[in-house]
Amino acid sequence: MEKYDKKTLERMIDGDLSWEELKPIISGRKDPNRFNMILEILQKRVPWKERIILPLHEHLYIVSKDGQRIVKCDCGHEFGDYQENWKTKCRVRVRDTIEEIGELYPKYMGSDPEWEELREYYCPGCFTLLDTEAVPPGYPTIFNFLPDIDAFYEKWLGKKAPDK
Amino acid sequence: MSKKPLGWDGKTLNVILEESEKLFKETGYYYGITKLTLKEEDPFRFERNYASLRGALVSARETALHVAASPIVKEIGELCFALYTPEGDSIVVSTGILVHVHTMSEAVKFMIRQDYEDDPGINIGDIFLNNDPACGNVHTTDVQTLIPIFWNEELVGWAGGVTHQIDTGGITPGHDLVPAMQRFDDGVYYTCRKIGSNDRIWKDHLISAKRSVRTPMYWELDEKCRLAGDLMIRDAVLEFIKKEGIDYYKRFIREAIEEGRRVFLERIKERLIPGRYRAAAFMDMPQKNEAWQPRARLDKISNQPLEIIIKEDGKMSLSFEGASGPGPNCMNAEKGAMEGGQWVLLTQILIYADKVNDGAYFAVEKNYPLGSWCNPGDIYLSYQAPWGNLIPAYTGMMKCLSYGLFSRGYREEVVSGYSFTGDAIQGGGVYSDGPLIGQRWSLSTFEISGQGLGASAVRDGLNWGYAMWNPESDLGDVETWELFQGGVPYLSRRIKPNLSGHGKFRGGANYEGVALVAYSKEVDFFGAREGMVFHGAGGMHGGYPNATGYRLYAKNTNLEEIIRNREDYPLGDPDPSNGEFERLLRADITRKPYCSIYPITLENYDLIYYFMSGGPGYGDPLERKIEQIKQDLDDGFYTENIVNNVYGVVAKFNDKEREWIIDEKATENRRKEIKNERIEKSMTFEEFWEKERKKITENKLNDPVRLMYTESLNLSKMWSKFFKEFWKLPEDFQIEVK
Repeated sequence: MEKYDKKTLERMIDGDLSWEELKPIISGRKDPNRFNMILEILQKRVPWKERIILPLHEHLYIVSKDGQRIVKCDCGHEFGDYQENWKTKCRVRVRDTIEEIGELYPKYMGSDPEWEELREYYCPGCFTLLDTEAVPPGYPTIFNFLPDIDAFYEKWLGKKAPDK
Repeated sequence: MSKKPLGWDGKTLNVILEESEKLFKETGYYYGITKLTLKEEDPFRFERNYASLRGALVSARETALHVAASPIVKEIGELCFALYTPEGDSIVVSTGILVHVHTMSEAVKFMIRQDYEDDPGINIGDIFLNNDPACGNVHTTDVQTLIPIFWNEELVGWAGGVTHQIDTGGITPGHDLVPAMQRFDDGVYYTCRKIGSNDRIWKDHLISAKRSVRTPMYWELDEKCRLAGDLMIRDAVLEFIKKEGIDYYKRFIREAIEEGRRVFLERIKERLIPGRYRAAAFMDMPQKNEAWQPRARLDKISNQPLEIIIKEDGKMSLSFEGASGPGPNCMNAEKGAMEGGQWVLLTQILIYADKVNDGAYFAVEKNYPLGSWCNPGDIYLSYQAPWGNLIPAYTGMMKCLSYGLFSRGYREEVVSGYSFTGDAIQGGGVYSDGPLIGQRWSLSTFEISGQGLGASAVRDGLNWGYAMWNPESDLGDVETWELFQGGVPYLSRRIKPNLSGHGKFRGGANYEGVALVAYSKEVDFFGAREGMVFHGAGGMHGGYPNATGYRLYAKNTNLEEIIRNREDYPLGDPDPSNGEFERLLRADITRKPYCSIYPITLENYDLIYYFMSGGPGYGDPLERKIEQIKQDLDDGFYTENIVNNVYGVVAKFNDKEREWIIDEKATENRRKEIKNERIEKSMTFEEFWEKERKKITENKLNDPVRLMYTESLNLSKMWSKFFKEFWKLPEDFQIEVK
């Protein structure tokens, strides 16, 4: 049964593993305890005390707070109920002109803003770029992922969620 | 029917197919198999037998490809073999283009439902040919050969082989025909046609087929390649039955599929999180100023919304509800194409080991809405290049599954997406000089097999090494491509900067090339790729999409003079706003912001420019390590202005040392400046919502976007409700189409 030490997983999270180190982890059988180990690593890294229930994103976590499951950024900003799209609590920049798209892509190499605009969703706390959307103007904001937390813990891991 | 039925226990094939479907529906288990008896009784024997069949198929593929002559088959390995049950469910597949795990299943089922058992008959030694997307294929250039396998007059399976043809005789030379807008433009159609008996391909078929395509030699040898592989598989199956007995074989093939279904469910439970996943991708079809046919002169953008539900029992459902309509273009997709795209990705992301077969197909529910681009319900449309829609559409699947893999902790498996396998430059001509004078050449390069892959959550994307439709992608050798596209020899190939999608981890990089038209006449040229929109569902977790395509070519050039005078000629287009073409050539230079063009005629000394795609990025670019940016600059993956604008890195090239030097202090300040820009130039979600809503209500959308919304709103009540609820629009709201 594959098992990786915490140091290896931490280096992987930080993008510090060489290809020679990473390749066997990709190719090999998965370590069944990975979820718990990653959870433990992330919990120690965040500067706040709320219990992480599920890592949702590079910077976002579903945490338990006052009996509620909320989305929280590692900077501490809270986005509210995880069942609502956290993007609707973000600061948003829309690049819908040739000039604004041209800041990121050379001429001809970005979308035509009349066909597709580029949206940037920032955390209102730390202004980290959390998501981009390349969509036609007027497209509804996409709700990327709504996990079924209790089914995951109870049916797949065979235990109660940490907040239950 | 007077003949003895071909199915098992004296039943017709139609009856055993119906029974199989009924048993699955009633029990939820393939063929109602609740217990894997053979596996439990002797797991080693079971696994050994599965491995031996798989080995036989891989061996058939590796041997048969040497019969083919087409470099697409021989060099790139664009072929695949599979073994099917009598009802057409895949038991085991070879390596290769795993697109076809399920496609040929549909072809077999079509023949059964059409009662081929009665007419034209299914006999020992018969050979069937199919390339009709409506009967289990992706597009007409994927050509399939199927043979029945008999044991004591009972049909015990089918062997199937598929190769990708260079040309199938469509409206223009090539393999993805941009100008095709109806079935009659797609080239030769074989709808599950019997083309041989007694293990021999009929002469009349071969004569007709070779006259129907532009590359008759490749057609004939590819056909023989597929048949050779099928015959090897048949031999292996008969050997298997001799060794293990027919009763074991019959039970074994059913259990192998049921086990495949269970393995898939277990893999989902091992790697993902149950829940609802969503993504949206798009593709542009800018034909208003390109199309020859009046009805095709229409700019379109297709809506490719994807929702995946992972249920608590591990089952997956996948829906394209809200997809926009089909069009007068080559990119319409049939079910076979959608299944193909889905399976080639699932076998890369989730089921790359263990039992790869139709078991997984039975574990996934799909919704390809009738009337949409992914299930038009009209066989007379063109289905020549559904890849144009399904490649971007399934970036959504890769992204959705990556959300789950990330949350589960398997960050090394995350892939933010992938790029379009383009620039698919195509065309052809006739040699006007040299030893091959008078012969046709075809531009169908499969260099497109080497694209930039999306970044993962722990590393940059693979450079020039990925094609979503072939897990063993290989961009091939220039020298080999020049053998059959000799009318357009390469002048250059080099890294093109700024293709990679930005991010903490950047997408894969790629290259550009310039080709010269030479020794030829009657040269047609066209190409296909996204251009007005970014590819697919873009980047992930703050990563950006990779750069879009565009079109550049030069006609009436002074290249002959340049060569004679040994002067510089363009080697690429590293900076499109200050082009080498414009600086170094006297010519009629055309630049178009889109990439899919209808054929143009070229003359000797004209120049074709193309470039392959970078991959999408992952994470906030401001988190990219400075030493990685230095490497990007040194490798030529990004230019100075782009790393300054996007990554906030200030760098200067040291001419003496021939390397980039990063100014760390200036970089720190620049990154702070970008953070401040984010504060200044962003708005609250409520402000965004108001502003964005006005684009709809005040009719600020352009024609293709309006058409896209109208189609999606009319085709799907569910998507219409979702759209109107999100923007708080009245129920009877309509978007006006000019």
